Amino acid sequence: MLSSVLIANRGEIARRIIRACRTLGIRAVAVYSDADADWPHVREADLAVAIGPAPARESYLNIERILGAARTARVDAIHPGYGFLSENWGFARACEEAGFIFVGPPWPVVQQLGDKVGARRLMAAAGVPVVPGSDGTVDTLDAAREAAALIGYPVILKASAGGGGIGMVTVAGEPALPQAFASAERRARSAFGSAALFVERFLEAPRHIEVQVFGDASGEVVHLAERECSIQRRHQKLIEESPAPRLPLRLKDRLTAAAVAGARAVGYVNAGTMEFMVSGEAFYFLEVNTRLQVEHPVTEEVTGLDLVAAQLRVAGGEPLGWRQADIRPRGAAIECRIYAEDEAKRFLPSPGRVTRLILPEGPGIRLECGVAEGVEVSVHYDPLLAKLVASGATREDAIDRMQAALDGLVVEGVKTVIPFHQRVMRSAAFRAGAVHTQMVEQGAFNA
Amino acid sequence: MPEEVKAHITGVVFQITTKAGDAVAEGDPVIVLESMKMEIPVEAPRAGTVKAIMVAEGQTVQEGETVAVLE
Repeated sequence: MLSSVLIANRGEIARRIIRACRTLGIRAVAVYSDADADWPHVREADLAVAIGPAPARESYLNIERILGAARTARVDAIHPGYGFLSENWGFARACEEAGFIFVGPPWPVVQQLGDKVGARRLMAAAGVPVVPGSDGTVDTLDAAREAAALIGYPVILKASAGGGGIGMVTVAGEPALPQAFASAERRARSAFGSAALFVERFLEAPRHIEVQVFGDASGEVVHLAERECSIQRRHQKLIEESPAPRLPLRLKDRLTAAAVAGARAVGYVNAGTMEFMVSGEAFYFLEVNTRLQVEHPVTEEVTGLDLVAAQLRVAGGEPLGWRQADIRPRGAAIECRIYAEDEAKRFLPSPGRVTRLILPEGPGIRLECGVAEGVEVSVHYDPLLAKLVASGATREDAIDRMQAALDGLVVEGVKTVIPFHQRVMRSAAFRAGAVHTQMVEQGAFNA
Repeated sequence: MPEEVKAHITGVVFQITTKAGDAVAEGDPVIVLESMKMEIPVEAPRAGTVKAIMVAEGQTVQEGETVAVLE
């Protein structure tokens, strides 16, 4: 059992991890940059350690400063949250070498799955379907042209070291390839320090469905059902829900079985998410997120389990103690990500001071909120302010509750995506569960 | 007639993509801001020549602040 955990993160997820620590009687240590000194996660922790200036490179992304804080606070483990250093295998290894338990999979697993081309190969070998694509990276335009001709247009160029939708370029046909290749290489180099690209078939309007998996040191791996995450902008999620609406049972069984097989094949330990694209009855492996997912609360709401507490228990060497047959999701849960963005201006960032904050309450309403009145939402970090989660006996109940809760949620001082979510909840297409990843860009929820 | 190019959002100057003397077309990025993990170009409001860049990389600029001048 762990006794003291440093949380190498900020905002809502730091508060979520502090709460899990409290449940288990673990001392929770926060870190903070100069920009975050008056944020709630700093106040709520048992101890908070300053780690540097506002830019993430000098604070939340700085491995030496995080490890320094862990030594100062004499913790036995480090929870990375999501984003920042959470999928950096070098950080996971550095934690281990410094004598701290990294709350996540062993670093070689993070490394293997972080390489998107390598992960694709591993999953294909484990029998998990992958999108038709180049076998490995394409190092030259000619190699890309050859691979794309075999795969068939339209194709998408992706950064091998990438993630989060950054550096991806779609190509309608061969004439557009040279310019797209140059642009994708440039973006990959500047964002990830490596220009290596691979090519995949571009699926028109697929759904994004992912499966939560969990493993422990004994080799036990279970799944906690799926999440539908198709409502996205810039390849980043806005709304997630579980279960996925209108997903045929046999397809759901194949998805969850593939996710468990993939996780077992790499010796997965702790919480992870296998992401898939679903097109009709076909599904393809996208990537593995080797960390806690932003949208984990919808899974918690339908399973009744505490994923963060389980992460801490497994990191402390305890068995998971969950048998697949005992995990029986019930009802439906939906999450709306409350971003500080101007949804009327194509989701442009909207930093500033939160001058007023009123949080809704009610049956089936859960808030994971990082901010408080008076805090400054900085340009330096992700715009996620809070996550509003609504659950109910049916999907319709959950949507109705979400709609009412959104009407009661007041955030002033920064622009937010609340009006967008209100339109989605009222939309006939969303209510019918007819969702796909291109909807936002195609203007399906425009005012 | 000089014209000021103003930042349309608050952010940190990520990249300066033009220099004094460069010709730009309407809509060309003059500088690129980074805000909340997004890179956002500040575009030339009209065609012209860059007279001066008023900011440095790494500097924080407020919405409405002048980042460059065109002539």
